Amino acid sequence: MTRPATSQRMSGGAAGDRAALAWLLLGCAGFVLLPWYKVEGGFFSFDWFSRPAEAAPAMLLSGQRPWLLPLALPLLLAGWRLWQGRLRGLGVAGGLGLAWLVAEGFSIIHSGWGFSWLAALAGTPGPTQPGLGWGAVAYAAAMLMLVALDMAARGWCKGDRFVVGALLLVIASLILFVAYPLFSILASAVKDNDGNVVPGLFAEKLFSANIWSLGCLRGAGSCGVAWNTVAVAVLVGVLCTVLGLALALIALRTRLRAKWLLRSLSILPIITPPFVIGLALILLFGRAGIVTTFLSAHLGIPRSRWIYGMAGITMAQVLAFTPIAFLVLVGVLQGVSPSMEEASQTLRASRWRTFRTVTWPLIRPGLASAFLISFIESMADFANPLVLGGNFNVLSTDIFFAVVGAAHDQGRAAVLAIVLLAFTIAAFLAQRRWVGGRSYVTVSGKGDGGVPAPLPGPLRFGCYAAALPWLLLTVVVYAIILSGGFVEQIGRDNTPTLHYFLTAFSVEKGVDGWFLSGSAWPSLLMTIGLALVAMPFTAALGILTAWLLERQYFAGRTLFEFLAMMSFAIPGTVVGISYILAFNVPPVQLTGTGLIIVISFVFRNMPVAIRAGVANLNQIDRSLDEASLTLGARSLATLRRVLLPILKPAVVTAMIYSFVRAVTAVSAVIFLATGRFNLATVYIVGRADVGEYGIAIVYAAVLIVVMMVILVGIQLLIGERRLGRRRAGAEAAVAQL
Amino acid sequence: MNAMAATADTERAQRPAVRFEAVTKRYGAVVAVDAVSFDIAPASLVTLLGPSGCGKTTTLRLIAGLEQASQGRILIDGKDVTLLSAAERDVSMVFQSYALFPHMNVMENVSYGLRAMGLGKAEAAERAAEKLSLVGLSGYERRQPSELSGGQQQRVAVARAIVLEPKVLLFDEPLSNLDAKLRRRVREEIRDLQQELKLTVVYVTHDQEEALAVSDRIVVMNAARIAQDGTPRQLYNEPRSSFIADFMGDANVLAVTVESCEDGQAAVKLGPARLAVADRGVGPGPAVLAVRPHAVRIAEGAGRKDVLSGRVLKSSYLGDHMEYRIALADPAAELFASSPDVVRPVAEGAMVSVTFEPAALILMADG
Ligand SMILES: Nc1ncnc2c1ncn2[C@@H]1O[C@H](COP(=O)(O)OP(=O)(O)O)[C@@H](O)[C@H]1O
Ligand SMILES: [Mg+2]
Repeated sequence: MTRPATSQRMSGGAAGDRAALAWLLLGCAGFVLLPWYKVEGGFFSFDWFSRPAEAAPAMLLSGQRPWLLPLALPLLLAGWRLWQGRLRGLGVAGGLGLAWLVAEGFSIIHSGWGFSWLAALAGTPGPTQPGLGWGAVAYAAAMLMLVALDMAARGWCKGDRFVVGALLLVIASLILFVAYPLFSILASAVKDNDGNVVPGLFAEKLFSANIWSLGCLRGAGSCGVAWNTVAVAVLVGVLCTVLGLALALIALRTRLRAKWLLRSLSILPIITPPFVIGLALILLFGRAGIVTTFLSAHLGIPRSRWIYGMAGITMAQVLAFTPIAFLVLVGVLQGVSPSMEEASQTLRASRWRTFRTVTWPLIRPGLASAFLISFIESMADFANPLVLGGNFNVLSTDIFFAVVGAAHDQGRAAVLAIVLLAFTIAAFLAQRRWVGGRSYVTVSGKGDGGVPAPLPGPLRFGCYAAALPWLLLTVVVYAIILSGGFVEQIGRDNTPTLHYFLTAFSVEKGVDGWFLSGSAWPSLLMTIGLALVAMPFTAALGILTAWLLERQYFAGRTLFEFLAMMSFAIPGTVVGISYILAFNVPPVQLTGTGLIIVISFVFRNMPVAIRAGVANLNQIDRSLDEASLTLGARSLATLRRVLLPILKPAVVTAMIYSFVRAVTAVSAVIFLATGRFNLATVYIVGRADVGEYGIAIVYAAVLIVVMMVILVGIQLLIGERRLGRRRAGAEAAVAQL
Repeated sequence: MNAMAATADTERAQRPAVRFEAVTKRYGAVVAVDAVSFDIAPASLVTLLGPSGCGKTTTLRLIAGLEQASQGRILIDGKDVTLLSAAERDVSMVFQSYALFPHMNVMENVSYGLRAMGLGKAEAAERAAEKLSLVGLSGYERRQPSELSGGQQQRVAVARAIVLEPKVLLFDEPLSNLDAKLRRRVREEIRDLQQELKLTVVYVTHDQEEALAVSDRIVVMNAARIAQDGTPRQLYNEPRSSFIADFMGDANVLAVTVESCEDGQAAVKLGPARLAVADRGVGPGPAVLAVRPHAVRIAEGAGRKDVLSGRVLKSSYLGDHMEYRIALADPAAELFASSPDVVRPVAEGAMVSVTFEPAALILMADG
């Protein structure tokens, strides 16, 4: 009966020691082998091998920099505990190591003491040190995992060290890449430009007239930028909700019931870079636009710049964000079971009465949700106001100009970012409170039989009247984008030309063979490369987080979920400015690298992956995991061998959408892109900014087509059926983001 | 050497396979398991029995390591596993929903635990095949779980659980997803398997008949605590509380007064009647008397003065026996009675005299 099998089951302790030893060795390697500080030219070029002085490990440096020496202590302590065969105490070692790393890292920076009180205390400019390098990363990771091993040994998370480790890793990365940058904004906002803490100045900036003035209402001057932004956002929210509802009703409750409408509307907002609509509007309604020219030539309406400002921004955003409201509302409408409406009708209620008393109350919370989501999108939108704003400022563009403009006032940017963040987080909280996070995950809905009640006549005409102009304008906009780059000057000189396309995307034969000579290639390849690098990390981190949220119980789970999902409510512009403020100086110095762009992709798109993961995990019976656990597979093996195979659609969805969203994003990365790490969207915005619409449009068209090909291609490759319903669910999840 | 090995062996035989020492499990304010202690002997089948929500599943999951105890200690085979995760405990579980992995076929499901342990494919397959034949499913290796009937799925789940030869095998209401006909057979198969392989089995059910049929011992739980713990016979014949008496096969629980005790016999006053009952340690004063329905005798017409009397409220024909609901006059109480006499049933509304079969009466102290 007894075979060796059983004894192997109980060998948890030994395996734990091996893991602990491995982490300890990594920590030691970080301390004695790897370059402790950031090396010029990037770690992975490995050219630092030839400059050993610059790439010295902490141990060698501790002669000149004695504050590094205490970092060895936790390694010794952990080694001693492991020698004794104990896991307890590793946590203390790891905690000490991390605490000291953070303390010395923030106390001593590139310019001397990191805190003014330290400088005052010491009375000297203080020692300096550059940003941390991979040695420090290895050391910190090892310390974190030692803490995890200790916590698991004390029975945290049911004693599962993978769970504890994953949890700590996700929390640490959220703290480092979401919370810490936000905190940097706060810190920067309360300081003047010399770095002194001046609360009075902060208050002055926060309540300054050019943020909060209501002058325009009194007819005296202009309104504050905060009110401008809120006004546009409310308007856009209302219009998107109304249009979204009209489209959803048409798609689901009329004989049209068009699948294509649902399909294209769910794909368009994801593959379209946000500013493209603004560009197209300029080509249509700008001073030299097609429509403007037509009107002035035939009806004598004078050319004007009305499109630049609130009208244009609102129009562009309504065009851009209505599909998102639509997807939310489709989910809501499908959740209204036809049998409820049938029940009402069998009770002799008229169609109109049924709609008013049954359907409407059921979808009301969904409307609130659609409004708030459009509101957040509008507030966070950066590119359309940038292209169309004119003299009309909104918060997101103001933040940008405060940093890149002549003023270069980071304090002001920080204050504006705080105001913007306050609005979006408030809307985000309201949305979660009223509607909850999980209401509309199944777009395809449950077919519980029954035919949905057709719309009452007047309502149907209302829907058509609202939706058709929008649809028409959307079609025109996309037609302009796809064709505008292939004529000399759209509207004025419609001679076909490949001139712009070739400038951007030509391939020439030189002495060394073929090379990509078009001006767009570097940014396109860089974008795709960085997005591809970010893709697996986004999916992994997102699915891991979803798994922790759905399958594990631990103290502070709600807070954890909030932190993870909140990164959605942080506007890209705020992310951009916060990354600049946080990562421009040691201890974590990342600006100017490709890494920071990848990181921003990962944390901006993680919520999409989380949603996809949560929606799918919800459908998998929890006892599957438990069965695997009781069969001796630890949680990592369970995740890998049971859950991931079943979760494949979610993983694929998360990967595709994180890739596509990374490629089309602009607001955060416009702060982070550099000459070497230029990005497609940033390049396009730059072209549009200097009036080179031809190249901008042709590039945008290429991006849209490429994204479309990728999405459709992957769908075909994986097979529509296998992704089936789950993908639809994930699409809805994405639509909410 | 031999002597030492022998003592080690007997020690192992005496050492409980599972031991709970004052284990408590809280979910926030809810106490699901409240300071529960018990021992489970090796190679025995112990049932956790109790009404829904009393904490049986939680207890089982605590053994498996799927829940962590808030307080107390859990030992498996003498080893403290309180802080060990499910994967590290030598325990397998058969889930109520079977929890077969939908993306694996029968063979892959059954060999999953072996593969997770790092066994090679061939050896794992060989051992899995052995267990599959044990549950009578040879030849089904390539089937997907969705291509099996409910009963077959359950056998796969059992095979998958025993393939690791765990120290303890856990069943959570294994029969609840099967139809009534199949239940009796499957529970016999589980019992046979347990005795054949000398497995230690902890079996959760809310059905007392099932518990009586399969168990070596039954632990009855009520409201997060152990109400009583013993062999099926002890629980049925010597319940220590009216809860147990009622739960282990219906019982009429009547409030009585013990007038005197002598030689282990108590003189009990119930309305006009005086009954002589085994006192089971109960002293004079108020007490309760449990009467099984089949121990109630009824005869038409009013009897003597010192005999209980009542009226038949309801009479139901159940094929092989009759069931009566009777309103007693003094004390005012309702009584269930069953009688094998289906030929001459007592009519509803009839006045009856009621007597009890003395040997089947159980006197208890609690109220
Ligand atoms: N995960 C949980 N969270 C909160 N309460 C729970 C949880 N699991 C069980 N409970 C509560 O613990 C009590 C016992 O549950 P359980 O062990 O499932 O009962 P049983 O299996 O005997 O029906 C119940 O009151 C139940 O509501
Ligand atoms: Mg249960």
